[in-house]
Amino acid sequence: MSTTTKIDLATSAPAKPAKARPRRSLRASSTLNFWLFTGPFLIGLVIFVFVPMGWSIYLSFFEARFTVSPSTFIGFDNYQAILDNPDFTGSLVTFTVFAAFIVPTTWGLSLGLALLVHRLRFMKAFFRSVFFIPTAVSYVAAALIWKMSIFNGVRFGMANTVVGWFGVDNVAWLANPDPPWYWLVIVTLRLWLQAGFYMILFLAALQNIPAELYEAAAIDGAKPGWQTFWYITLPQLRATSTAVILLLLIAAYQAFDEFWNLLGKATWGQPPLVELYKTALGESQDYGQGSAGAVILTLLILVITLFQGKIMGFGRGEESK
Amino acid sequence: MTTTAPDLRKTPGKKRGGKVIGNTGLYIATGVAALLFLVPFYLIVRNALMTDPEITGENWKWFPTDIQWGNFTEPFDDTTVDFGRALWNSWVVAILHTSGILLICSLAGYGLARIPYKHANKIFYAVLVTLMIPTAVTFVPSFVLVSSLGWVDTYRGLIIPGLFSGFTCFLFRQYFLGFPKELEEAARVDGLSYWGAYWRVVVPNSLNFFAAMATITFISGWNQFLWPLVIGQDPSAWTIQVALSSYMTNQTVNYHLIFAATAISILPLLFVFLFLQRWLVQGIAQTGIKG
Repeated sequence: MSTTTKIDLATSAPAKPAKARPRRSLRASSTLNFWLFTGPFLIGLVIFVFVPMGWSIYLSFFEARFTVSPSTFIGFDNYQAILDNPDFTGSLVTFTVFAAFIVPTTWGLSLGLALLVHRLRFMKAFFRSVFFIPTAVSYVAAALIWKMSIFNGVRFGMANTVVGWFGVDNVAWLANPDPPWYWLVIVTLRLWLQAGFYMILFLAALQNIPAELYEAAAIDGAKPGWQTFWYITLPQLRATSTAVILLLLIAAYQAFDEFWNLLGKATWGQPPLVELYKTALGESQDYGQGSAGAVILTLLILVITLFQGKIMGFGRGEESK
Repeated sequence: MTTTAPDLRKTPGKKRGGKVIGNTGLYIATGVAALLFLVPFYLIVRNALMTDPEITGENWKWFPTDIQWGNFTEPFDDTTVDFGRALWNSWVVAILHTSGILLICSLAGYGLARIPYKHANKIFYAVLVTLMIPTAVTFVPSFVLVSSLGWVDTYRGLIIPGLFSGFTCFLFRQYFLGFPKELEEAARVDGLSYWGAYWRVVVPNSLNFFAAMATITFISGWNQFLWPLVIGQDPSAWTIQVALSSYMTNQTVNYHLIFAATAISILPLLFVFLFLQRWLVQGIAQTGIKG
């Protein structure tokens, strides 16, 4: 076995003298090996991540309509223009409200489901799968189900059938911004798609809480239920909660798929990314302004995540993040 | 895998008396939640197997009178949207996306975790920086780059820009940091280079983690929408998600056709979930805790 591998090695890595086997050659070649392993990734990262980012910052200071090669330097005019655009600033405000609502709800629902499933003795795997499986469905497919079958606003939609049982007239869920029922559509869709994924994270964390903590609490007279939940379970889940909230926040600001598909050309409830898409790739094809918007949104997300990291305390986050 | 066994021990089984009601309540609550979570799946199946008059009829019908299996071939015969092409594109993109990411990011993760190099830390920080920048936000600059390369409407444009995932690289690095060093050292004593040790010792002993990452990556590759929408300007380059999305804005709506198409689009992932859930759950639990 070892002889064959030796031969293989000598043929597969001819750059290295096969005879000089001991440490020195290993150390000398470790720089080369480092680049052999990381080179493809790093080159791609530079080309497809760093270069576009740099280019985008550069473009944001130029007049660049219908072209990606900038013509005239215009300073902060693109920033001025996109911040004066009420659609864009409106979407930033809307989405801060959206995030403030969807993040705690998803956190609560996924934690609730995890607590339920964790306590089950039999059929645990079955229920875990049921809550988890919506993760397999794309936002597009889910938007299609929600828009065409549940909340389609006509008589044969499922939601209108259900409210019809209580004698309520048809509700135009998506087609009318007042009252804003479309938020119910969006929020239920997101909850359905996301909760199972975060439930898995919470389940893993729940399993890692040492049983002795609960035993000790029982001896000290803590009532199982609310007290142990508040004083043991919740603090023990702190690290997971922090991570979950961070992921949810980032996901909320990056919302695109379901809004694009549910609301289409509607003027209400549009997230920042849809506004960026319209600016940069829509009729105006204003790459300069679109880039300025992307920079603003990136900075906003950075500030929010850093701020959230500060309050929730990424205390030992240095190594884990 | 050891998930259920220690758990049974943890739940106190002593005081049975008042627990019966508590347990019934628990199962009722879980059952009701589970039913609600299954409603959308039920709707897909119901609508995919009905005729349009049944779906849009005056009164809500729970089940089709005659199961319309023929609905499943209709998307492929539809002339407005080339569904077969979109399905094929999705397979190509998802498979190449998954294998590419796994190859490139695992190698980089291993290099960063295990191969000594004086600037390795600085390079790792540069990778971490990209984690702070949400990928979806960079679609404008990425599109600018890809279009100037002439990659719009091509597989290259759909796949290559997404291969360099800082997050996947980071997860692989964390995993390899925890990989038992003794195994590699033994391989090195036997005369294997880093490259040889990686392919002959490290990878064969990490298949569980690779399977978990492959599952997660495949799902995200199959389900991604924004990037294919931006790149697929011509219908021939559409993926299945873009095709589904186009059904919603079409002038004429064939409910049974649309839902049959949706069912077809979800099917591969349901298989992934049913057969690979073990790795998936393990992968999410591992990576989630670390990330």
